[in-house]
Amino acid sequence: MSSRDDILGRVRASLHRNAGNAAAAREEIVAALGSRTQGPKPAIDADPHALLERFRLKSETQSSTVDIVAQESEVPAAVARYLAAMNLPKSAVAWASLAALDWGGAGLQVETRGARDADLVGITGCFCAVAETGTLMMCSSPDTPAAVSLLPETHIAIVRASRILPCMEDAWNLARQELGSLPRAVNFISGPSRTGDIEQTIVLGAHGPYRVHLVIVED
Amino acid sequence: MHFKANVHAKLSDVVLQGNLKNAKGKFVTRRAEAIRDLDDFEGTRDAAAAIRNKVIDNMDLWLETFERKALDTGAKVLWAKDGVEVCRLVIEIAKRHGVTKVTKSKSMLSEEAGLNHALEAAGIQPVETDLGEYILQVDNNEPPSHIIAPAVHKSLDEVADLFHKVHGTPRKTDIPALTREAREVLRAHFLSAEMGLSGGNFLVAETGSVALVTNEGNGRMVTTMPKVHVVITGIEKVIPTLEDLSTLMRLLPRSATGQSISNYFSILTGVKKPEEHDGPEHLYFVLVDSGRADVVGSDFHAMLRCIRCGACMNHCPVYQTIGGHAYGWVYPGPMGSVLTPLYAGLENSIDLPHAATLCNQCGIVCPVKIPLPDLLRKLREKQTEHGLRPLTERIGLRLWAWVAQHPKLYALGARVGARYLKWLAGDTDRIRLLPTAPEWTLGRDFPAPQGKTFRELYAARRSATPRT
Repeated sequence: MSSRDDILGRVRASLHRNAGNAAAAREEIVAALGSRTQGPKPAIDADPHALLERFRLKSETQSSTVDIVAQESEVPAAVARYLAAMNLPKSAVAWASLAALDWGGAGLQVETRGARDADLVGITGCFCAVAETGTLMMCSSPDTPAAVSLLPETHIAIVRASRILPCMEDAWNLARQELGSLPRAVNFISGPSRTGDIEQTIVLGAHGPYRVHLVIVED
Repeated sequence: MHFKANVHAKLSDVVLQGNLKNAKGKFVTRRAEAIRDLDDFEGTRDAAAAIRNKVIDNMDLWLETFERKALDTGAKVLWAKDGVEVCRLVIEIAKRHGVTKVTKSKSMLSEEAGLNHALEAAGIQPVETDLGEYILQVDNNEPPSHIIAPAVHKSLDEVADLFHKVHGTPRKTDIPALTREAREVLRAHFLSAEMGLSGGNFLVAETGSVALVTNEGNGRMVTTMPKVHVVITGIEKVIPTLEDLSTLMRLLPRSATGQSISNYFSILTGVKKPEEHDGPEHLYFVLVDSGRADVVGSDFHAMLRCIRCGACMNHCPVYQTIGGHAYGWVYPGPMGSVLTPLYAGLENSIDLPHAATLCNQCGIVCPVKIPLPDLLRKLREKQTEHGLRPLTERIGLRLWAWVAQHPKLYALGARVGARYLKWLAGDTDRIRLLPTAPEWTLGRDFPAPQGKTFRELYAARRSATPRT
């Protein structure tokens, strides 16, 4: 007997499984997967300005820094400003989906490709953002590789204000609507990587970025 | 597992006691603050318990649902009855893909299976990448003492000495510098390992995905950089939908570390597409039984709801005093005192169900409302039913039962006992040393009985006020 049959066989025996209760249980499963019932959620003001404000506050609580610009064309200058202020290099790796922005015009050398160990700055967009916790939702694809937000010491993410949603449940619905099925990797990111493994003292920059900077575009 | 001997050793370990005292309360305070921003914390706990029950009550069919979905995404699903089979399957996968090095994100099931040892024996290098787990691995493979903070029993000084010794670098005493040193050592491993190994916080039946909760980013590294990703997880980890995942995520980080959400929360589905820059080309799920199937439908089925947050141990007065190693196996604290007898054998962990004051701090904080004290009490009953308690205790209880059935003898015994205790106390109202139970009076006095026994008072009262 295979281990699969052995394990499932013992579970079935423990549950007194028979044809009758199996049919009923299968109906329950179909219903559960179909209804996608949500649990209790915190009350979050869905007004766009309130969402942006909550997202900004929660992101800062997660040790991210936030800049707000009026339109997308201002993003490269905002990124250049941040890098200069932090004394960081002016070269970066970015998602291919951001190739159209005028990075050179802001004095930046930006390559759109997958990330390498030597990259110090990674620039990404995000699929959407969650105001409840100040969280970015990243969906992997050929144009939006996951490692760009992971390998470099600095991660800069561009967030369109219209894509800030109240809760994670809203993000799932948007993904179902726009992508159909889940991409290989959905990464929810809430601030720079951190550890508390030595004397429960929180240190920023464990294996991922030391700093996360958000540029919100009020579109 | 010699719990009592372990406890004596841990209580007299001055360094450990200092470290435990230092850690005590940090998790508790952070959790208390974090649950305040949930408008309906109790309702969320109820919803979470219901989600977990829904799957456990039909676990066979939910497992089949998950398996079908995972196969559709291009993953492979393997099943392991026990730790031996886990090791065999992982080594087979490694050999198939020519793997010489495995980077590991935290997996308690790999601890259960003793996987690192087996990999080394097969000539494959396992590298723990969670900072706490890494500290323990380079310290002669010391076992973790906490399921969330594995090196919580170690001080900064101890880590400083250890890194100086194993890395051959100048001794550093500040935590960010030590963290950077580990980051640099481990970054090289992340990029060179051919296989990444992770646990799984949840398996989502709707999408055939694994959900991983991490803060350091090591979980993302081991599931993004190597060409093979192996998920080792218990069969009880399935949940129905992404909505259920969101509900559970409101509770897990808050209960574990007091965060409203962990830094990284990854939902991984299937393998990399040819045109993608990163992600594994092969994804394997190893679904492990190791005692879980037999808990389904038993008196202890509520324990399968556990989401491994560690809140029960953070709030446990016993754990806070003796640390995690004294429990002798992978899972410490109240959840460990229930799981170890169930998974490693009732007869192999005779003291664990008694390693609790039954104060119910654990039950109050459990995010999925597992009645831990009730389960510990039930385990004590099972021990008695199976005749596993020590002979002296069994004879003692039988003797007491016999005396209790003979009222005159019982009254005499109570009278003599009370007088004896009073004599021991001398002129004071307390007993400093109980000769029959010296351990009891080691750290506290025993109050001496005052005046007459209940039976004497009752008899005196009856004769003073005749019945009307």
